Amino acid sequence: MRPLTPRRVLGICALLFAVLFAAVVISLRMGAYPIAVSDIVTTLINGTLGRRDQIPSEFWLVIFGLRLPRIALGILVGASLATSGAGFQALLRNPLAEPYVLGVSSGAALGAILSLIFAPHAPGAIQIAAFIGAGATITVVYFLGRRGGQLDSPTLLLGGIVAASFLSAAIIFLMTTLSGRDLRGMAFWLMGDLASAPLIDLRWLYLAMLIAAGAIYSASSDLNLILTGEKEARHLGVNVDRVKLVVYISASVLTGLAVSVSGAIGYVGLLVPHVMRMLFGTDYRVLIPTSAIGGAILIVLADTLARTIVAPTELPVGAMTALAGAPVFIYLMRRRVR
Amino acid sequence: MNASASGGDSAAPVVVAAPASSKSPALRLKVEQASYAYAATDRSAPKFTLGPVSFEAREREVVAVLGPNASGKSTLLRLLAGMAKPLSGRVEVNGEEVSSLDARTRAQRIALVQQESELLFALRVWEYVLQGRYPHGKRLRFESDEDCLLAGNALAQVGADTLRDRWMDELSGGEKQRVILARALAQQPSLLLLDEPTQHLDIGGKLELLRRLRCLADENRYTVLVVTHELNLAAEFSDRIVLLHKGKCLRAGPPAEVYERELLAEVFEAPLEVEMRANGRPRVVLTGTRE
Repeated sequence: MRPLTPRRVLGICALLFAVLFAAVVISLRMGAYPIAVSDIVTTLINGTLGRRDQIPSEFWLVIFGLRLPRIALGILVGASLATSGAGFQALLRNPLAEPYVLGVSSGAALGAILSLIFAPHAPGAIQIAAFIGAGATITVVYFLGRRGGQLDSPTLLLGGIVAASFLSAAIIFLMTTLSGRDLRGMAFWLMGDLASAPLIDLRWLYLAMLIAAGAIYSASSDLNLILTGEKEARHLGVNVDRVKLVVYISASVLTGLAVSVSGAIGYVGLLVPHVMRMLFGTDYRVLIPTSAIGGAILIVLADTLARTIVAPTELPVGAMTALAGAPVFIYLMRRRVR
Repeated sequence: MNASASGGDSAAPVVVAAPASSKSPALRLKVEQASYAYAATDRSAPKFTLGPVSFEAREREVVAVLGPNASGKSTLLRLLAGMAKPLSGRVEVNGEEVSSLDARTRAQRIALVQQESELLFALRVWEYVLQGRYPHGKRLRFESDEDCLLAGNALAQVGADTLRDRWMDELSGGEKQRVILARALAQQPSLLLLDEPTQHLDIGGKLELLRRLRCLADENRYTVLVVTHELNLAAEFSDRIVLLHKGKCLRAGPPAEVYERELLAEVFEAPLEVEMRANGRPRVVLTGTRE
């Protein structure tokens, strides 16, 4: 018997943070203007200590002006999507649940596009609209997935797939008919990329992400029991209705804020929690933080590949995650996860 | 009345125990004219009603709830577990009304063992049993050494010590049943409810489970309530029988008082005889098909 301890959770997280740091350094190094690792580290240290005068201007521009903001965006998006995927998997008791597969990302994307059409200059409107889109979609999919008063796993997934294709069609319709307006590209909303800088200060989004992910984390021991069955969880004293509400809202906020700045990047919420389960076990008290950091690692690396693999052309990062995610989805569908 | 506890793992440590009480067995469960009605919607007529049920159980007593299918056994169990509020009447555990307790307090006092739903992700046996400590935990509920000790003892009490590192989905029906029971014991409840625990067990497994429950009631001062279809095992191991039929409580009392030939034959729609054995406990014998 080796129960999970806070110390072990912190140790694992520290390890993953080190991997994330390595991924960030790799990402900072790679690109049209290569920079040596030693220069990156010196620049980062000087930048953090506020010694800007000691940094060559081209390093400052490439690292702090171009690559680091994009990495920061990637970390936010990856952490949000992976945490939200882990949350949806427990709530819907379905190992294949994740925002993209369930159509929640497409719902958020549609909400974001509508806000760009109707309130293009309102600060934060796109995030709120994306959250509403995500929340409305998961509500609809949840009810589509119920049969005889119970959530039915295949029906839920089919409901999600239908919702995703319907919402994608609506996005394509809007983008085609309103092609003259500044709504970003169709590929951005359907596949997702990190090339365009968000219209809002990233710090606000990080704050929202930390609050929503923290809310899910605070329910992690309840989610462990909900995974073994809702009825059992109730008998063991879990306030199931409250936990579900908190996690639904938080997972929708996370999906909404990720999609509002990066479009609908798929499979992160599926890939990362499953890899973390295989590495560190199914306990949500370790799964939520490791998924968040793991999601960040995945997106940082995937985006680095996306912008360098066929340089100077950039691939959308969603294409990279889908290339990796789709086979994993099929593998998981055919085999019960341990 | 005192039932004979025959066998079981008496060598197992007795740390999983209900709080101490006075010398005479304390009244643990009091069901007073409790009734319930199911309806498809709030306005439609009830689909099923459970008429007023009354009985009591003290600590160390085993109560068996008997009745054919759709007689209201599961509904009664829901009321006792606090999962539903009685339409009228009261259900009290240790003098407190069950439906007024908050979820965690209720889980500290009442453990319910049901047929388990399929696990989404595989768990080790010890992880599963530790879940029983949830109602006693604090924020985020990282388990303490004491929790591990109690979970280990719970496993020992059901004779599943050797299973602790196995995966839940690798266990046989009987092993799984014991582990589920261990999780309930780890809750340290004073009232242990079991919903048809013998359903998927062979006859040896059924006998062993009932013996174990009898021992647990005696050693841990639990009140155990079992919903079952096993008339003879219920007569052998329980102190009280609650007989339900079509949503009505026909009788509640010691087995010898409840087991009457005409009554059982009518309720279970089967020709049967009731024999009284030397130990004062009745036995039901089927006498062939009805003409």
